[in-house]
Amino acid sequence: MEREEVKSILESLLFVADAPQSSQRFSEVLDGVDKELIREVLNELQSELDAQNRGIRLVEVAGGYQLRTTKANADWVKKFLGGRPARMGRATLETLAIIAYRQPITKAEIEAIRGVDVDGVLTTLLDRSLIRAVARKDVPGRPFLYGTTPEFLQLFNLKDLTHLPTLKEMEEITLPESAGETIPLDQAEES
Amino acid sequence: MSTHVQLEIFEGPLDLLLHLIKKNEVSITDIPIATITEQYLATLELMESLSLDVAGEFLVMAATLIHIKSRMLLPAGADEPDEDEGVDPRDELVRRLLEYQRFKEAAEQLEQREMLTRDVFVRSATPTEEVGPRGFREVSVFELLGALKRVIDRLPKDSFHEVTLEKITVREKMTLLLDRLRALGSIYFEALFDEVKSRMEVVVTFLAMLELVKVRAIRIYQEEMAGPIMIEAAAGMDEAAENAVIDEAEEEQHGT
Repeated sequence: MEREEVKSILESLLFVADAPQSSQRFSEVLDGVDKELIREVLNELQSELDAQNRGIRLVEVAGGYQLRTTKANADWVKKFLGGRPARMGRATLETLAIIAYRQPITKAEIEAIRGVDVDGVLTTLLDRSLIRAVARKDVPGRPFLYGTTPEFLQLFNLKDLTHLPTLKEMEEITLPESAGETIPLDQAEES
Repeated sequence: MSTHVQLEIFEGPLDLLLHLIKKNEVSITDIPIATITEQYLATLELMESLSLDVAGEFLVMAATLIHIKSRMLLPAGADEPDEDEGVDPRDELVRRLLEYQRFKEAAEQLEQREMLTRDVFVRSATPTEEVGPRGFREVSVFELLGALKRVIDRLPKDSFHEVTLEKITVREKMTLLLDRLRALGSIYFEALFDEVKSRMEVVVTFLAMLELVKVRAIRIYQEEMAGPIMIEAAAGMDEAAENAVIDEAEEEQHGT
């Protein structure tokens, strides 16, 4: 298949996709096409849209590729779509930041950092699918441990958790696989 | 004397302390505890005088500050000779403040990123927050009462009141409501009261709706925060089940 043809097909697939798509997924659809070529073409598409200062951009987010509008046009898009996007309050943002950097983390641990009750905020974040219970901590009461979701990555335009902004004096991010003292949710439900 | 009071809404006691530390241009690691405690308590008083709810956490911190202040007044190691003299009573508080500040900054950094549905959009973007397939919100009692109040307010306010015997019962309303939902699938909360003329009928209709929710024959939901309230029949309710449901509800009413 010609390079230009691959590019054209990928552009169509990106247009119809309703969530970020991995290059692996594109390889499955375009079977027979070299995986390296697909990645090259995606990067090419990305640079082209940037270089031509286009209204849509190809971004790498939540482990995949997605077409998004350019930030410069935000006001026009908002005017066109109407409606008022829900602003995220400080309590919500702070709690989300704590969960993002410290996951997996329990409600009590979040409250110890913030110094206030986070019941309501956690409900909001769970409702918006920005966090989820990933396991239970093996301590009395077996509280839920919360972590962020792909929706969180999408909301903040993050490729993955390692791309979270680094903070001064911030310790290394511990990713969910360090869950030594935790019980996976499926097992926890049974007992 | 007119005082201009500018009260920021603090996220919690740590937030308030950070604000005071910044305002006084002092270092987190060397807090002038007497000054800060005094200002902290003054802010709490101000919040109380404005009838703002001062959450328990604020009071716990007040106690902590006073405790630290009193310990600072004691000569080091005088009372507790076993404790090593290097321990500053402020250490634990400093550690908490530094940690909280770190995440406050993290939140600010996150907010500066290109946020979906604020700065950038995707083709299938919903104009407001993303709502997943399970994203329907349960409607709270307060929202329901608010909606009910709007319906009552909309009723014509007659200067005289014609006394008519209300024939319709909650049970009949329940049947009517289920029939309507079977025909239409789902309806807006306000549409329940389209034909309703009197306050009494509004109340009867509302009670019928609550009874049906209680026995899970219908579901009340919103697709988004502050969006229209929708009512739909619960899945798998056939007529027999509906009758059973209504009988059961009736019995309970008569039982009292």
